[in-house]
Amino acid sequence: MLTGLVAHWDKLRDGIYHLFIFPEYWHGIRLPALVPYVALAGIFAFTLGILPMLIWIERVVIGLMQDRTGPNRLGPRGLLQPPADVLKLFFKEDIQPGSIDVRLYYLAPFISMLVALSAGAVIPLQAVTFRNPHGGLFTVPVTPGNVNIGLLFMLAASSLGVYGIILAGWSSNNKYSLLGGLRASAQIISYELAMGLSLLCVVLLAGSVQLDHIVNAQNTLPFGIHGLPAFLKGSIFSWYWLQSLLVPVVIYTIAMIAETNRAPFDLPEAESELVAGFHTEYTSMKFATFFAGEYVNMLMICGLNASVFWGGWLPPFNCFPFTFIPGFVWYILKVMMGIFFYTWLRATLPRLRYDALMNLGWKRMLPLALVWLFLLAGYSLARTAVTQHAAPATVMTAAHVAPGR
Amino acid sequence: MVPVSYYLSLSAVLFTIGVVGVLVKRNPIQVFMCIELMLNAANLTFIALGRFYGTATGEMYVIFALAVAAAEVSVGLGIIVTIFRSRQSIDLDEAALLKS
Amino acid sequence: MPAIILFWILAIVCVGAALTMVTTANPVRSALALVVCFLTLAVYYVTLSAQFIGAVQVVVYAGAVMVLFLFVIMLLNLGAPAARTSEGSGQRTAAVALGAVLLLVLFVSGMFFEVPGRAVSAASAQAQGTVKAVGLTLYNPHLPWLFPFEATSLLLLVAVVGAIVMTRRQV
Repeated sequence: MLTGLVAHWDKLRDGIYHLFIFPEYWHGIRLPALVPYVALAGIFAFTLGILPMLIWIERVVIGLMQDRTGPNRLGPRGLLQPPADVLKLFFKEDIQPGSIDVRLYYLAPFISMLVALSAGAVIPLQAVTFRNPHGGLFTVPVTPGNVNIGLLFMLAASSLGVYGIILAGWSSNNKYSLLGGLRASAQIISYELAMGLSLLCVVLLAGSVQLDHIVNAQNTLPFGIHGLPAFLKGSIFSWYWLQSLLVPVVIYTIAMIAETNRAPFDLPEAESELVAGFHTEYTSMKFATFFAGEYVNMLMICGLNASVFWGGWLPPFNCFPFTFIPGFVWYILKVMMGIFFYTWLRATLPRLRYDALMNLGWKRMLPLALVWLFLLAGYSLARTAVTQHAAPATVMTAAHVAPGR
Repeated sequence: MVPVSYYLSLSAVLFTIGVVGVLVKRNPIQVFMCIELMLNAANLTFIALGRFYGTATGEMYVIFALAVAAAEVSVGLGIIVTIFRSRQSIDLDEAALLKS
Repeated sequence: MPAIILFWILAIVCVGAALTMVTTANPVRSALALVVCFLTLAVYYVTLSAQFIGAVQVVVYAGAVMVLFLFVIMLLNLGAPAARTSEGSGQRTAAVALGAVLLLVLFVSGMFFEVPGRAVSAASAQAQGTVKAVGLTLYNPHLPWLFPFEATSLLLLVAVVGAIVMTRRQV
């Protein structure tokens, strides 16, 4: 039995893989046309479902790192804490301070949440393979909108997020709020440049700003070297964190923390100097909306990080136990690694001073990103000359598709 | 398909609003915003005509207009900040030192 | 037909936002109305199949330029709606009258404009607005856009240096 299993292992494996290939038509319904809706539902369900859990995860991780127990009162391991928090926020008194700009005051949390959620519209979760009636295979990325400006859309959405904060700061008519809003806007504008430049490095290598093309361009042998074993194709070593030679991913990671106003760059809500920064005057669900918007923003920006630098839905090695796990699981794992990194930094690093923050953004990261863009341009030209083909493989054909993904 | 004349008319309306705003407003920041609106009205014309003539020329002009607008805003806001620092007010009618 | 309905909805939002921007005395509201106007223009660009320009419109105008405006408004604490328009001088009446004349001229010239010749198919226009097509046109050495592009980069550099020099406290 066992020897037979080993002997027919390849056939069996292919059989398992073919479980993941769907027919194009099912009872007359064209399945690829449904993919965007599935993706939309998936992204919404995941984002809004994980939100309360994120706070629990953060508290547990920080507790572990600081040698404390963390939440342990409600339910096993404090697991009932998130629903309790949500209930508490729902039933808190809704206080509206006097002398505020009422309309903008109520609009601000919604802008912050809406803009953060809208970034999810272009995130590719996975690629599914379909078989058309003639037996040919083709692959469709699972994303709500597979637009050719995907990366630009993400950048636009993340740059619009600052409006929620500015409006909250200004409409609250409170000097701490105003200072928080000012700090946030200056910080987000400054770090957007470094972030955009580090993403440009990847665009240079991938030859596309469409997110599923960027992920597919990582599905090659590391550095385009021929003759490496096949399990390295699209593996952890060929993702852009390494292929863009490490510096862009470092710059992006620093910039993404500054963009979402998290520790150690959480000066807009520095409680020791600004009370609570831009959301000082917000209570109950209005505050919760801000809070949730911040976490959604973190998820989206980690999602961009995962698909641009960490291979999106690709498994870390192109061989059996990894390829068997569906792509979206890998993707979500990568996103959660980003969230873990956020928490890690929050538990480890003290808050920066404001001028240090600006110096880091303008005098260190921006020049470094610019120089690296030039170096990478030269490097990719040289690499094209060596490997005899232009680096970007932006067109996905059935031949490139490994079964099961 | 929306006819091109719709876009041109809309652009005309926006441009006129911008012009009237520049003439009426006395806060230089708002005057600046009106200038941005006028630039955008022109951009809409470029894009619409480029689409209907089937050339990329319109988009090219818009790219340059965007770059020029960005440069203009950075310098213009710098001027406004400097004026405010030297006289604690940015009213356009009060910034008239060169007028004898 | 849906395209025309979308056009009208966007047109109402866009013109309404522009009018709000001009009429309100509060600079922050004015800036926000302009952001709404820019976002609707970005949607117009996408419906005109210029997706790249649409995205850049949002990133540059809504994401950078208007944030800068708001930043300066808040930095100089100009948020209070005390900013006056020029009353009394008759400038306002003259401006509105001139604006009406200008609107008439522009509107009439725009309203009866028709593109001569063939209609461009939606598919070919769609292919023209993508990032790839814009890049191929912009950096094509046989087309006249490359030199202006380089000149623009110089202009931006000059603007950056100028802004820094101007706003530095001790010169």
